[in-house]
Amino acid sequence: MDEVKELKVQPSAEACATCPVHNAANLLKLGVNMQDWDFVVALAGNPNTGKSTIFNALTGLRQHTGNWPGKTVTRAEGGFEYGDHRYKLVDLPGTYSLLATSLDEEVARDFILFGQPDVTVVMADATRLERNLNLVLQVLEITDRVVVCLNLMDEAKRHGLEVDERRLARELGVPVVPTVARYGEGMKELLAAIADVAIGKTVNKPHRLRSTPPELKEKVAELTAQIEVLHPNLPNARWVALRLLDGDERIAEALRKGELGDLTRTAGEAAQQSVGVRLEATT
Amino acid sequence: MNASKGLTPEKVLANAQTLRWEVGSDFHEKLMESLYSDAAQIAEKAVHKPGEKARFDLDRTIDKLVTSRLWGFPIMLLLFTLVFWITISGANIPSGWLASLLLDTVHPWLKGLAASIGVPWWLDGFLIDGVYLATAWVVSVMLPPMAIFFPLFTLLEDFGYLPRMAFNLDKVFKKSGAHGKQALSMMMGFGCNAAGVIATRIIDSPRERLIAMITNNFALCNGRWPTQILVATIFIGGLVPAHLAGLISATAVVGVAILGVLFTFLVSWALSKTVLRGEVSTFSLELPPYRPPRILQTLYTSMIDRTIYVLWRAVVFAAPAGAVIWLSANIQIGGVSIAEHLINFLNPVGVLIGLNGVILLAYVVAIPANEIVIPTVLMLTVLVSGMSGVGSGTGVMFELESQGATKAILDAGGWTLLTGVNLMLFSLVHNPCSTTIYTIYKESGSLKWTTIAALLPLGMGFALTFLVAQVWRLLS
Repeated sequence: MDEVKELKVQPSAEACATCPVHNAANLLKLGVNMQDWDFVVALAGNPNTGKSTIFNALTGLRQHTGNWPGKTVTRAEGGFEYGDHRYKLVDLPGTYSLLATSLDEEVARDFILFGQPDVTVVMADATRLERNLNLVLQVLEITDRVVVCLNLMDEAKRHGLEVDERRLARELGVPVVPTVARYGEGMKELLAAIADVAIGKTVNKPHRLRSTPPELKEKVAELTAQIEVLHPNLPNARWVALRLLDGDERIAEALRKGELGDLTRTAGEAAQQSVGVRLEATT
Repeated sequence: MNASKGLTPEKVLANAQTLRWEVGSDFHEKLMESLYSDAAQIAEKAVHKPGEKARFDLDRTIDKLVTSRLWGFPIMLLLFTLVFWITISGANIPSGWLASLLLDTVHPWLKGLAASIGVPWWLDGFLIDGVYLATAWVVSVMLPPMAIFFPLFTLLEDFGYLPRMAFNLDKVFKKSGAHGKQALSMMMGFGCNAAGVIATRIIDSPRERLIAMITNNFALCNGRWPTQILVATIFIGGLVPAHLAGLISATAVVGVAILGVLFTFLVSWALSKTVLRGEVSTFSLELPPYRPPRILQTLYTSMIDRTIYVLWRAVVFAAPAGAVIWLSANIQIGGVSIAEHLINFLNPVGVLIGLNGVILLAYVVAIPANEIVIPTVLMLTVLVSGMSGVGSGTGVMFELESQGATKAILDAGGWTLLTGVNLMLFSLVHNPCSTTIYTIYKESGSLKWTTIAALLPLGMGFALTFLVAQVWRLLS
C-alpha cells in the first residue's frame, strides 16, 4: 500500500511541493537534541503496541523502552524536525488506562493533563482494538489534540481482521493513521497528521463517553458547570468532574491549588519537567 | 450566576464530595462500564473479522456463564471439587506403587547393604531409617497427588479461567476493604504462599498490599493439600459407603479451602476496619482470550515449575527432619526419649484444642515445611502408642500399604473424628512456613507486620480448634 503511494508521489513531486505527504521526506531526526522546540508530542498507548518503535523511527534514537512497571527504562525523550517546526517527543509508560491507580498510569496521566502536550499520539494495537480503545477514549476525555496511530496493521491482516480506519476516525472524531511501525509504513502520514494537529490545521471533535447512565448525567453536568465557572478555559471540565466523583485525590488537589486553571505555556513546561523527573525516577 | 459567584475550589470540592455520596459507591464500575461499552460499540463498527466470528462469540458465551452472578460461584465450586475428586481417587494407586518400590524394596536392600559392610547401628539408623525413609515417605505420599493436581490446576490457568475467578471474587474483596487484585495473589497462594506474598507486588497501595500479605496464608498451599487430602480420606471418607468416599472427601477438602477464602475476607475486613484503615483503590482487570490449553506443554511446565519444585523443597526439609525425629526418639533423658518428653509436655494443650501433643510437636518440627506434618505425626504416634508390628524400630518412618493401616495407627494414638476435623482446621489456620515468613519480612521490610502475619493465624488456629473442640464435646 505504502509503496504504491510513494510511486505516485515521487514523479509529480513538484506539483505536490505544498502537500504534507511530500513534506514527510523532510523529516530530520534530531536524536537527543531538543533545543528550541515548537511543539511537544506525547506518545501514549497500551504496553507492547510499538510506541518505542515509533519513537525510534521519528527521533533516530535507539531506546530500549520496555515500559513495564518495575522494569528500568532510560530517559525517553527525543527530538525531530518536520516541515518548518521542531518537535520534542516524549515516550510515556505503556498503560491500559489513565485512572492513575498505579505509578506508571499516574505518570502518563499527569503528563497528558498537566504537561499539556501540543499533540498526544495514542498508539493502538489493531489486533486488539476494543481493549486499546479504552485508553484512547480516556485520553480523548482529557485532550482533543490527539492523533490515533493504528499500529500492527500487518498482524491484524494476518489474523484476518479488517480494520476500517476511516470509520474509526469518524467515530473517534480525531485523525487515525494506520501504520506498520516495524517496517516504517505509514510514518509519513503519521507525521503529517501530527503536524496538522500541532499547527491547528486539523481541529478535532473528539468522542465523549456516551453510555453514561442517565441518573449520573445530571450530577456530572452540575459539577462540570461549577468547574467551568472556576476555570472557564479548561478543555476537559467534564473529565475533571468525573474524576472528582470517582474520588481522585490528585485531581482534587490540583483543583485546590489552581493547577488546572493555569493554561499558560510556562506552567505546562514546568509540569512537563516535574513529570519528566518522576518518569525517570519511577520507570 | 449569582449562586456561582462566590464559588471557590473548596466549595466545588465540597459539592463534589456530597455528589459522590449521592452517585453511590459503584460509580467507578458504572464509569468503566460506559467506557467499555463505548469502546466495544466503536470497535464493532470499525473491525470486521470474517473468519473469527464463531470463536469470538464462544469466548463471550463462556465469559457470560463463568462470571455470571448466578452461576459464577457454583461453577467455581464444581470445577474445584472435580479437580480434587480426580486427584484423590487417582492418587492412591501410584502412591501404592511408589511405596512398595521405595519402602518395601529399596529400604530392606539398603539395610542389607549396610549390614553386610558393617555400618554401626546408630549410623545405619540415622541415615537409612531417619533421612532415607523420611524422604522416601514424602516422595511416595506427595508425588502422585501433586502430579495430578498441579497439571489440572495449570490447565485451568492456561485456559484462562483464573482471571475469571479473580473477576468473580473482586467484588467481595472490595467489600472487605481490600484490593481486587488480592484475588490474584490469593490464587498464587493456592500454589505456594511465599509465591503469593511476592505476587502482592501487583498491588500498589501499601495498605492493601499488607492486607494481602497477611491474609495470603489462608490460601491453602500445596504443602498443606496432602495433609487435607489424606485426613479427609481417612476420617471424612470413612464415614460414608466406599463408592461415595472419594466424592465426600473431595467435598470436605473443597470445604476447608472455601473456609480459607472466607477467613481471607474476614481478616481482610477486620484489618481494614482497624489497624489498616483506608480507602479501597480500583483497577481494571483484563480478561485474556480463552485459549485451548496446550496439554503437553502444560504437563511439562507444571511438572518442572510446580511438582518437581515443591517435591524438592519437601525432600530438602524432610531429610533433616527425619534425622531430627530419629535422634529425638533414640536419645533418652531419664529413661524416656526426648520426643516423648516434648509430647507429654505439649499434650495437655493439644487435648484442650481437640488435637494432641504429637500433632503440636509435628507442627513445631514442620515450621520449615508443612509437607512433613503427616509423616512426622505417624512416626511420633507409633512411638508414643507403643504399637508393635508396624514400622521397623524406634523413630523410624515407615510405609503404610493402605489408608486402613494409617487409620489403625491413628486410632491407637487415640484419634477420633474430632482430631481429624481439627487437624484439617489447624492445617488451614496456623503460622505460615518459615520461607513464607521470611518472604513477608523481605517484602514488607517490617518486623512488626511480619510478626503479626506469623502470630495472627496461629492465635486464630488455637481459638478456632478450641471452640470446635468445646462445642463438639458439649454435643457428644
